Amino acid sequence: MLLSVQSLTKTFPGTRALDGVDFELAAGEVHALLGENGAGKSTLIKCLTGAYRRDAGEIRLEGARISPRSTSEAQELGIGTVYQEVNLLPNLTVAQNLAFGREPRRFGLVDGRAMRAMARETLMGYGLDIDVGRDLGCYSVAIQQIIAIARAVALSGKVLILDEPTASLDAREVEMLFDVVRGLRDRGLGIVFVSHFLDQVFALSDRVTVLRNGQKVVTEATRDLDRVRLIEHMLGRVLEDEVVAQAAGHGAGAPIRPELLRAEGLGRRGMIEPFDLRVGVGEVIGLAGLLGSGRTESAELLFGVRAAQTGTARDADGEIDLSSPRTAIAAGFGFAPEDRKTDGIVGDLSVRENIALALQARRGWTRPMSRAEQVRLAKDYIARLDIRTSDAEKPVGQLSGGNQQKVILARWLAMNPRFLILDEPTRGIDVGAHAEILHLIRELTSGGMSILIVSSELDELIAVSDRVIVVRDRRHVAELTGAEISTETIVRAIAEEDAA
Amino acid sequence: MMPQALRRVLPQILTLAAVVMLVTLVFPTFLSISVSDGRLVGPVIDILKRGAPIGLLAIGMTLVIASRGIDLSVGTVMAICGAVAATAIVNGWGLGPALLLALAAGLAAGLWNGFLVAVIGIQPIVATLILMTAGRGIAQLITEGRILTFSHPGLAFLGSGSLFGIPVPALLWLAAAIAVTLLMRRTALGLLIEAIGVNRRASALAGVNARVLLIAVYMASGLCAAVAGLIATADIRGADANNAGLWLELDAILAVVIGGNSLMGGRFSIAASVLGALIIQTIDTGILLAGFPSEYNLVLKAALVIIILILQSPRLAADWQLWRRSRSGLSGSHAAATPKPKESLR
Repeated sequence: MLLSVQSLTKTFPGTRALDGVDFELAAGEVHALLGENGAGKSTLIKCLTGAYRRDAGEIRLEGARISPRSTSEAQELGIGTVYQEVNLLPNLTVAQNLAFGREPRRFGLVDGRAMRAMARETLMGYGLDIDVGRDLGCYSVAIQQIIAIARAVALSGKVLILDEPTASLDAREVEMLFDVVRGLRDRGLGIVFVSHFLDQVFALSDRVTVLRNGQKVVTEATRDLDRVRLIEHMLGRVLEDEVVAQAAGHGAGAPIRPELLRAEGLGRRGMIEPFDLRVGVGEVIGLAGLLGSGRTESAELLFGVRAAQTGTARDADGEIDLSSPRTAIAAGFGFAPEDRKTDGIVGDLSVRENIALALQARRGWTRPMSRAEQVRLAKDYIARLDIRTSDAEKPVGQLSGGNQQKVILARWLAMNPRFLILDEPTRGIDVGAHAEILHLIRELTSGGMSILIVSSELDELIAVSDRVIVVRDRRHVAELTGAEISTETIVRAIAEEDAA
Repeated sequence: MMPQALRRVLPQILTLAAVVMLVTLVFPTFLSISVSDGRLVGPVIDILKRGAPIGLLAIGMTLVIASRGIDLSVGTVMAICGAVAATAIVNGWGLGPALLLALAAGLAAGLWNGFLVAVIGIQPIVATLILMTAGRGIAQLITEGRILTFSHPGLAFLGSGSLFGIPVPALLWLAAAIAVTLLMRRTALGLLIEAIGVNRRASALAGVNARVLLIAVYMASGLCAAVAGLIATADIRGADANNAGLWLELDAILAVVIGGNSLMGGRFSIAASVLGALIIQTIDTGILLAGFPSEYNLVLKAALVIIILILQSPRLAADWQLWRRSRSGLSGSHAAATPKPKESLR
């Protein structure tokens, strides 16, 4: 066995992140590591790469006990890692990045020519023929990813850990990356592959290990597993019906809904062309489109993140002021932004404070919520949304992505908004939380809340939306309702040229 | 189990105790307090009095730093406010208007800083640097380049008077510390300031009025500097535009840091900052009392501050924990683990 981990344990205050985990990696295999957010995947990897020191258990590499104290020590031992965000230096050339820390020297000075020749030769081995004298930052993320792999393999060369390497790649790039990985496998490297994308796991891996709550659930050959069983392993329960019944009741005569509000000609130069939007009470509206098409921009105008230059919004009582988030909130709007980390959570503050924040801001500083009130609110939503946290006082930044998203949802639900805007509510969230959030959306709308959901996952939009609006090139180009909504019709609307 | 508020300031209390012990070793009568003329007298009382400007500045600075800013102008604002008060007294406008004008000047300075930071969007260190350098000039213009002396018992009382035997400056900064702490913790201001300090954008999207809060925080800092400037001016019965509050902004920042508040904003403790100010003042006074030649003062102070900061660093605390755990075995840490989260989803 190339790498074997036995009863590895790692505890953080309040949580046991890894609890006696065993893991084996053979030379010449791709071993997928799966689990929900917070299952312990990252902790296991960090123990392997020396970023964390384990509390108990042992790690053997080629039979010898190792305990790396730092990532560089792990690298020297032969364990290299490539992360989702490429951690190379974009302002140095490709050759400099590859040679960094072990530059060929001539008379004590860096030998640029030898360095470039070395880099070219290395990359040829990966079928990559690029100008190695250009800055790394000039190349696409996929190429950078391959360069990062090349560097890790050159430095370490026994075990390669790929942590969510495909998260920001498109389908063609993923295939290119996979070819590289398969090539390395055939050369006898052991490869650990962490991913949320189950399709990719099935496409690439030889074996799968599933972690749940810090424990190993199962290790099996990929070909003996099917999708549903795999998800069940990850969740630890039997799926009701995968990601809940698709096409939730649309089709047969969509109900006629009273109008909640209506935006007319809302637009801002450089962001989105003026658009109209009707929102019915209890309606779910999906916004579909490619990244950068104006989906998020539409949502931001509706919440006053950026003020609209044209147009108005009105409800039955008259005009609604959408010039800033504060006025939008006063009008009963809520907004869960796309980028949770920078725009959503207040990382150092506790789960309790994060949930109470919007409510407290609306009440004003002179009317503080008592500690008891905040605790009650937080407890209530932790239970209702099943937010997994050791307690309400834990800094929200320490929660996993899915749970952070639920905290932000809780923040808005506590306000009882009439119109909730969700921008990519399920991005980077594991299957379990994903299904829960879709469930929740349906539950909320049956209580009369209206929801606008922006998502790049069409399945998700189709599953929850009563109406889908397609955005292309900063314009709202199509509107699909009821039975018209399908992957095919949406994709066609996105792809259509402006001929029509 | 200690109350959380006490546990937060425990390192500062221990540090202060250690510094006091150190000074007492070289100057045995350090802790002696006597009564003369109905006033308490002694080195400790002196520290409480002389520490007033740093203490007051540290209160305002804590709020600014909690909002992820910094206010370099407070020393200068002290000089401006002192000059304003002295000018008003010399011109015979009376004590009330003099105090009001000085406080208003402090608020105006804070409004300017807050405007640059919150509305124009200049980085706090640059925005307040403008007033830090230009403000000395403003103060000199007000005093017309002279040291403006006055003899007004009412104003002088703020600097050298005493109430119930305790020096007025000491009472002023203690009262300010208590008042601001209550204002922060009995209203939602503390939470909202911490929120914008950690993540201003996310807070604004949650409906927090970040712009107004930021301006308010700089105005609070200006107000604290105004009171500190009044005390400094009243103490020497004169406004010295060049030297009043000189470099005190740096001591105030140091007090906040010794108080364990992060310069990256977020969680703050006024009590800890004020204790930090007391630690600095005790070191200052202690070095003088211990009779070292004055040229050693700054070096000694720097050495002590470095030792304090190293001892308080989280990294050292983590290593210490690790060392203790490795000695007591692994069992202790496992016992602390909570039961696993529930499995049921719905």
